[in-house]
Amino acid sequence: MTVSEPLIRVESLVKHYGGRRSLMDRLAGRPAISIRALNGVSFTVARGETLGLIGESGCGKSTLGRAVLRLHEPTAGRVTFDGADVTALSPAELKAMRRDMQIIFQDPYASLNPRRTVAEIVGLPLKLHNLAKSGREARDKVAAIMERVGLKAAHLDRYPHQFSGGQRQRIGIARALISNPRFIVCDEPVSALDVSIQAQIIKLLIELKRELGLTYLFVSHDISVIGYLSDRVAVMYLGEIVEMGPVERVLQSPRHPYTQSLLSAVPDVDSPGLRKRVKLTGDLPSPQAPPPGCKFHTRCPLAVERCRTDVPVVRTVGEGHTAACHFAEELVQG
Amino acid sequence: MSAVSDPATASPAASLFRRNLATFAENRLAVASAAILLGFVVMAVFAPWIAPQDPNETDLFRRLQPPAWMPGGEWAYLLGCDALGRDIFSRIIYGARISIFIGTVVVAVATVIGILAGLAAGYLRGWVDTLISRLIDILLGFPYLIFAIGLMAMMGPGLVNIILALVYKEWVIPARVVRGETLAVRELEYVEAARALGASRFHIMIREIMPNVLSAVLVVATIRMADVIILEASLSFLGLGVQPPTASWGSMVADGRAFILEAWWVSTFPGLAILTLVLVINVASQGLRDAFDPRFHE
Repeated sequence: MTVSEPLIRVESLVKHYGGRRSLMDRLAGRPAISIRALNGVSFTVARGETLGLIGESGCGKSTLGRAVLRLHEPTAGRVTFDGADVTALSPAELKAMRRDMQIIFQDPYASLNPRRTVAEIVGLPLKLHNLAKSGREARDKVAAIMERVGLKAAHLDRYPHQFSGGQRQRIGIARALISNPRFIVCDEPVSALDVSIQAQIIKLLIELKRELGLTYLFVSHDISVIGYLSDRVAVMYLGEIVEMGPVERVLQSPRHPYTQSLLSAVPDVDSPGLRKRVKLTGDLPSPQAPPPGCKFHTRCPLAVERCRTDVPVVRTVGEGHTAACHFAEELVQG
Repeated sequence: MSAVSDPATASPAASLFRRNLATFAENRLAVASAAILLGFVVMAVFAPWIAPQDPNETDLFRRLQPPAWMPGGEWAYLLGCDALGRDIFSRIIYGARISIFIGTVVVAVATVIGILAGLAAGYLRGWVDTLISRLIDILLGFPYLIFAIGLMAMMGPGLVNIILALVYKEWVIPARVVRGETLAVRELEYVEAARALGASRFHIMIREIMPNVLSAVLVVATIRMADVIILEASLSFLGLGVQPPTASWGSMVADGRAFILEAWWVSTFPGLAILTLVLVINVASQGLRDAFDPRFHE
């Protein structure tokens, strides 16, 4: 399928939180608590591609984005960026690599330091990686990137609280872009914004991608956003990818009951009432004690005895389209 | 949001500061306290020019001379004289130097140590946090004054030793505040953003986190100043503080203890000075906290 090596290759990535008890925990008799946020996640992102990552809150999609960048140290597994093993980098090598891999955060209020001016915030990568020879040059670069993301260069010396949510998100984008990265994790970059502003930011992200040849891992819980800007989609449930494939295939003919239920929850304006509503019952099980067998069986409308014991293998159900369900081949939504 | 469209002339940090200052100015009690506090500071700084007498000059003819308005008093010796015939008013003026100097230095040194320890514990976590937090717990287990008395007994009296004895425990308070604030701030996305950009731990602690915990710790520092002044007075009262003949309010109260019935003024006036200074510091810092720490708004 791919001619060249993908930019990002993630292999069996595992992230467990907790589990290690400190001396005080042992003395106090506290048991080890381990939260399994990621359970062997594998995928690739080709150069210039946008991989949309979708799932409920708590399914591990934000953890995945951060583990790929090693903002959260993965427990096991491997991430390669352009052939280099990110998980094996020394701190100094990792720092150098941060120029190439950036992240845009969800909350435009929490992601900017309230005590720093925009020039300081956006110019930080230049300082950390010595990308500007002088303060003058740094300022010019910051001003240029500010205008590129649709902000006034004259607002350089303002503080974050003087900007609106959408403008703050543009500042966050400018900060991520100033070191000329090739890969950007967008962690729900529009979820905290008003709908009217969401569209502007999405448009900006698409423009920037085209212009600068960026590769995105786009995390969201909003199917319409993912559907609009992704080339491929990965659906996550309880720390695992349950379905992955080209966006039109996954959204038009989903093969995993979880994807089907997610899609049926989206209100259909064109043909209301025509689509079968697949209702999910219950809550997301605790990632501390995930259910055995297929993790989705506790909420799956199609679950049978086998699902409670056998872990479904990932199967190919079409061109680049995979699903982890015992019945993926039969599940064609009609 | 409206601030974006209009060209603000003042820098935003200054405008926030000015807004807080305006809140403070509305609190009349706090402003009055701040004014009296300023009076104490001026008194301490210009003591040699303000004091009518030499604070250490003894005059046995004026032994236990009553205040000016009482029979036997003199206006040149406004608040009377102590058992050695020294002018109490002048000694109170000079004593303000000791109280304010020790209060300021102890709190300043303790705050710097506390900020660094709190940042390290709260951001680095792990064994650094365990070490610092256990040390804090242990120090908190000792009653403050007993701890200081023990240290003074070991080190011997003297100005530098008082400061050391108080700093040994005082840093714990800002350290706890900073650690708590740091634990909250380290989880914010802008700290993660700095890490994603490749910032070092030192950069994150000093440049990203510290500015955001500073206001809380400065408010605490002003409140602590009052307690430290009382502790210094207590040590001096017990004879473990600055050594005679240097005037300290605590030792002046102690000097008058033997004559409290026949010459009440010897202990009472320095005692009132301690009371007033501590009271105005507390009221002023309350006002400061209300105005500058957003969590106390409403």
